[in-house]
Amino acid sequence: MKWLLGIALLILLVLPNFLGSYLLTVFIFIFFYAYLGQAWNLLGGYGGQISLGHAAFVGVGAYTSTYLAMTYRLSPWIGMFIGGAAAALLGAVIGYLGFRFGLRGFYFILLTVAFAEICRLIVAHLEALGGALGLFITFTGDPWQFQFSDNRYYYYIALGLMLASMGIVAAVERTRMGTYLTAVREDEDASEALGVNTFGTKLAAIVLSAFLTGVGGTFYANYLFSLQPNTAFGIPLSVEIILRPIVGGSGTLMGPILGSFILSPLAELSRSYLARGGLSGVHLIVYGSLLIAVVLFFPRGAYPYLRDLFRKRGAA
Amino acid sequence: MRLLGIRALSKRFGGLQAVDGLTLALEEGEVLGLIGPNGAGKTTAFHLISGFLAPDAGEIHFRDRSLVGLRPHQVCHLGLTRTFQIARPFPHLSVLENVKVGAFARTASSREAAAKAGRALEEVGLLAKAGGRAGELTLAERKRLELARALATDPSLLLLDEVMAGLSAVETERIVELIRAINARGVSILLIEHVMRAVMSLSHRVAVLNYGQLIAEGPPAQVANAPNVIEAYLGEEYVGVS
Repeated sequence: MKWLLGIALLILLVLPNFLGSYLLTVFIFIFFYAYLGQAWNLLGGYGGQISLGHAAFVGVGAYTSTYLAMTYRLSPWIGMFIGGAAAALLGAVIGYLGFRFGLRGFYFILLTVAFAEICRLIVAHLEALGGALGLFITFTGDPWQFQFSDNRYYYYIALGLMLASMGIVAAVERTRMGTYLTAVREDEDASEALGVNTFGTKLAAIVLSAFLTGVGGTFYANYLFSLQPNTAFGIPLSVEIILRPIVGGSGTLMGPILGSFILSPLAELSRSYLARGGLSGVHLIVYGSLLIAVVLFFPRGAYPYLRDLFRKRGAA
Repeated sequence: MRLLGIRALSKRFGGLQAVDGLTLALEEGEVLGLIGPNGAGKTTAFHLISGFLAPDAGEIHFRDRSLVGLRPHQVCHLGLTRTFQIARPFPHLSVLENVKVGAFARTASSREAAAKAGRALEEVGLLAKAGGRAGELTLAERKRLELARALATDPSLLLLDEVMAGLSAVETERIVELIRAINARGVSILLIEHVMRAVMSLSHRVAVLNYGQLIAEGPPAQVANAPNVIEAYLGEEYVGVS
């Protein structure tokens, strides 16, 4: 398994030299959504606290660093961590309210959706942040301003983000925090009885998850060169974030990565093919049907299924 | 030395007085059996002691500390760990991981926790199953897992809620031996149990609850023959028959 990952990494490192600009974009989105999915996975997959408002953290992170860059010329490389901290603070507020008052399941999901919507509406009405039109970043090509004329830089940054998130989640998996998170997901009361501070564990998870997602916001803004409240805080983005870990296998290290490699190309392919045939919008139907199929046939996601398949092969 | 002291503990659910002025003490090293008919308030008492429910009135002291207002994980860190009536394994975690959750109460090191979890599994005789999923265990094994997890937290007092319910006679006998061994190495035990033969043979003292009130307390043989206890269990007409 280790050598397989090593080879995959080597391929990904040299790949940009052989890709056209369109495919390069596809891969950038694969990595970026895998990164966001991994950040969500920490809270939703391992900790079992389903957030359907993670776009709020992308939006807060993106707006923070972009605002600082446009107003104070602060480099987004620094702004990305300030944005992450702002998102972490929002995560702490949502987590405190949700977990202190014992919101579980649907109620926690609704809370996260509500917060994302509140953020979206506030930003849409703030003139300083561009209101409903949003913020537009003028291209200077200055690397210090997180701008590159060659898309390959974005490719490597996105790849780096994905690998960093894998490293962080792999590290958490091995610690007490990782064990506590999965225990909380499986049974909160039993965890408490065994000495697990379930409130603190969940709060730590949402803060870390929000921080990572917020850091991703800076990439989002500086890759797209524009920010609109409806997209940066919108439910569609939140859904995109959670689909990858769910399809790939939530609560597993490889799940969000595999999910992104399955979903992002499919979304792209169905979009470009069907739109070219004059059937724009049909790709959403195809995409939706695929999701239903995955949930029906691989309820635990693709990765656990593949892993079991390999194990059986190995045994036979 | 007194380990657990409960005074005038009360809890009401709507119109039901689940625990009614319960006063009870447990000495260091003791096995105290808590018995009573269904609905007598035994499990509610456990919930109150372990911090899952807040009492309406009364005091709970563990050593010199008041437990009222503490959350369950804090109670556990003080050295008082409970098990659940219906075993609640973390089904998708391995058996070893399940016990590690408990072991992590005393160490942050994953390696130490694993070693300790291994010892706890060995003590309850589940070491052979360590790598399997907890969700795949039999009922008897789940009960043992519940015990192993609790033991891994290094308790000085264990609250066992019907660890023998649903077990065969042979399995029950083994659990009785196991609990006796755990007690022999210094762990005090408060147990709720319906399997009378087991309670009577294990407990140094027995306390009987009925409608939330303590109706009898003392050595097993004495309590078993008390008229009000027989009445509570079997009804008035049986008093004096045996």
